[in-house]
Amino acid sequence: MAELLEHPKLLKGDSGEWEIVIGLEVHAQVISNAKLFSGAPIAFGAEPNTQVSLVDAAFPGMLPVLNEHCVEQAVLTGLGINGTVNKYSRFDRKNYFYADLPQGYQISQFEFPIVTGGFVDVEPEGEVPKRIGVTRLHVEQDAGKSIHDQHPTQSYIDLNRSGTALMEIVSEPDMRSGEQATAYLTKLRQVLRYLGTCDGNMDQGSMRCDINVSVRHPGDELGTRCEVKNVNSIRFVRQAIEYEARRQIRLIENGGTVVQETRLYDPSKGETRSMRSKEDAHDYRYFPDPDLLPLRLEDEYIERIRAGMPELPDAKRARFVADYGISDYDAWVMTADQDTADFFEGVVKGRDAKLATNWITGDYFAYLNREGFDVTNAPIGGQKLGGLVDLISDNTISGRIAKDVFEAMIESGKDAAAIVEEKGLVQITDTGAIEAMIDDVIAKNQDKLEQYRSGKDKLFGFFVGQVMKATQGKANPAMVNQLLKPKLDG
Amino acid sequence: MALDQATVARIANLARIKVTDDELQAWATDLSAIITFVEQLDEVNVDGVEPMTGVGDFPLPLRVDAVTDGGYAEIVTGNAPEGALGFYTVPKVVE
Repeated sequence: MAELLEHPKLLKGDSGEWEIVIGLEVHAQVISNAKLFSGAPIAFGAEPNTQVSLVDAAFPGMLPVLNEHCVEQAVLTGLGINGTVNKYSRFDRKNYFYADLPQGYQISQFEFPIVTGGFVDVEPEGEVPKRIGVTRLHVEQDAGKSIHDQHPTQSYIDLNRSGTALMEIVSEPDMRSGEQATAYLTKLRQVLRYLGTCDGNMDQGSMRCDINVSVRHPGDELGTRCEVKNVNSIRFVRQAIEYEARRQIRLIENGGTVVQETRLYDPSKGETRSMRSKEDAHDYRYFPDPDLLPLRLEDEYIERIRAGMPELPDAKRARFVADYGISDYDAWVMTADQDTADFFEGVVKGRDAKLATNWITGDYFAYLNREGFDVTNAPIGGQKLGGLVDLISDNTISGRIAKDVFEAMIESGKDAAAIVEEKGLVQITDTGAIEAMIDDVIAKNQDKLEQYRSGKDKLFGFFVGQVMKATQGKANPAMVNQLLKPKLDG
Repeated sequence: MALDQATVARIANLARIKVTDDELQAWATDLSAIITFVEQLDEVNVDGVEPMTGVGDFPLPLRVDAVTDGGYAEIVTGNAPEGALGFYTVPKVVE
C-alpha cells in the first residue's frame, strides 16, 4: 500500500505552489412525514402542487407552526456530528425574490442556530485521517421548484418541495483537497443515514452541496472565495473543486483578481460558470420572524435524544474489530451503512467470524452485485448464508463444495442443508473411506508413484486431485493431504 | 436617519416595487420621517436587557409530525394568472 500523505498535494502554478481551501455547506432534507411548518406531506415525485398547504403557498394570513419531529431530527444530527445543541435558537426571515419562493422570504436561522460547533473525522483517499470542523447546523425551509425547459417563454412552478425541512450543515474552511471534501461529504452522509435524519439521496436532491473554494500560496492569508452552488453528486464535488481552483489560479497569475460570486457547476462541460451578476443578490435583510417565538430546549430533552442515539459508524467499526477479530478494512466495509452492519452481525454472531466475513465479502457480495440486490432484499438472506457457513464450520461440507452449494441455493432458493442432503454432498471425513480411495488411486497410477518417489514432488498435487475427483470433491481436503503423504512416501 | 434616493431605489428593487424617479424623493422623505420617529426608541436605556422577539414569555407551539393538509392543487394554483399541467407558470426566470 502506498504511503498516506500527511499534506495533500499542492497545485503548481507559474508563481509557485498553491493550496486549495474548501468549506462545504450541505443541505440535508430532514426525514419526516410532514413539512417544517405545515401538515402537508413530503413525497418525492408527486403530481405538481398536490403536496402543498396554504401555509407553503404563502396564502395571506397563514401562520407557520413548527414540526416537533424536525426539531428532534436536527438535535439528533447535531449530537451525531459532535456539536453543541443550543437551548435557545430562533427563526429569522431571509428575504429574496424568486418565483418558487411564494413567501418572498425563507424561514431560516441566522443569528441563533440550533446547533453550534462539531466535527467529522474523515479518511481522505491517499491521505492521513483528518478532523473537519463544523461551524453550525441550522434548520430552514426549502423552496419550490422551477422547471425551465417545458416552455419557450414560461417557467413552470411546483411548490411540492416548498416548506420541506432542511438542515444546513456548514463546515469550517478546513479542507485542502478534493479528496478531503469528498471524504467529508461521504462521511457526513453516512452519519446522517445511520441517524435516520436524512436519506442522503443526492440524485433526488435530498442532499445538496454548496462548495466554497479559494486558493492561496501556503502560509498566506485566505484568498477571496467563490461559492459553487447545488452540486448534486459526490463525484462532481471533486471535479468542481479542481476546476474552480485552477480557474482562480489562472486568473490571479494572469493579473486578475477573484471576485466573490456564486457560480454553477456544469457537469456536462466540467466547468463552473458565474451565476449571479446582480451585486445586491446577497442582500437578504435577515430579521427575526415575528410569526415564530424563539425555540427553547430543556437539558432533559437534549439528553433524552442523546440516550437514544444509535451506534455510529466509527464506534461500530471499532467494535467489529474488537468483538469479531476481523480486519479494520473488513470492519470499514461492513459498517458502510446500517443495513450492511445489521446483516453482518446477523450472520457473524455465534459463528466463525473470519469464515463468515470471507463469505460475505467474497461470494455473497459478488452474488448481490451480479443479481442487482442489496442486503435487505436479496432472496438469499443472512439466515440462509449463515446456514451455509454452519455446514462448513462443522465439516459437513468442504469450502470447495460450499461454492457449488451456494450456486445451487441461488438457483433454487433452498436452504444449504436441504441441497447438501438432496445432492448427497456431505463431506467424507471417514478415514477408512478416504484411505481406500487413496489406495485405489495409487494402484491405478504406479508410474506416477515411481516418478514421485524419484523426486518429482510436484506430483503430490496430482494425487490430491485424483482423490478429490474420485470423491466428486466431497473428501475433506485437509484429511486427504494428511493421509496421502505417508502412503506416497512409502 | 435620512435615506437618500439611491437607497430608496435599491430597497424598492429588492422588494420588487416599481417606483418611478419622480416618486423617489417623496418616498425618501416619508421613509426618513418614519425611521426618525422610530429612532426615539434609542433613547430608552436597555443596558442589561436581553434582546427579545416578543413581549410574552410563551413557549413556541409545536405540531405533531402528521400529514393533515395538502391535496388541493387547484386551490393552490387557483389565484395564479396562468398555469399549465398543474403547475403555475411565470415569465421565464433563468439566471
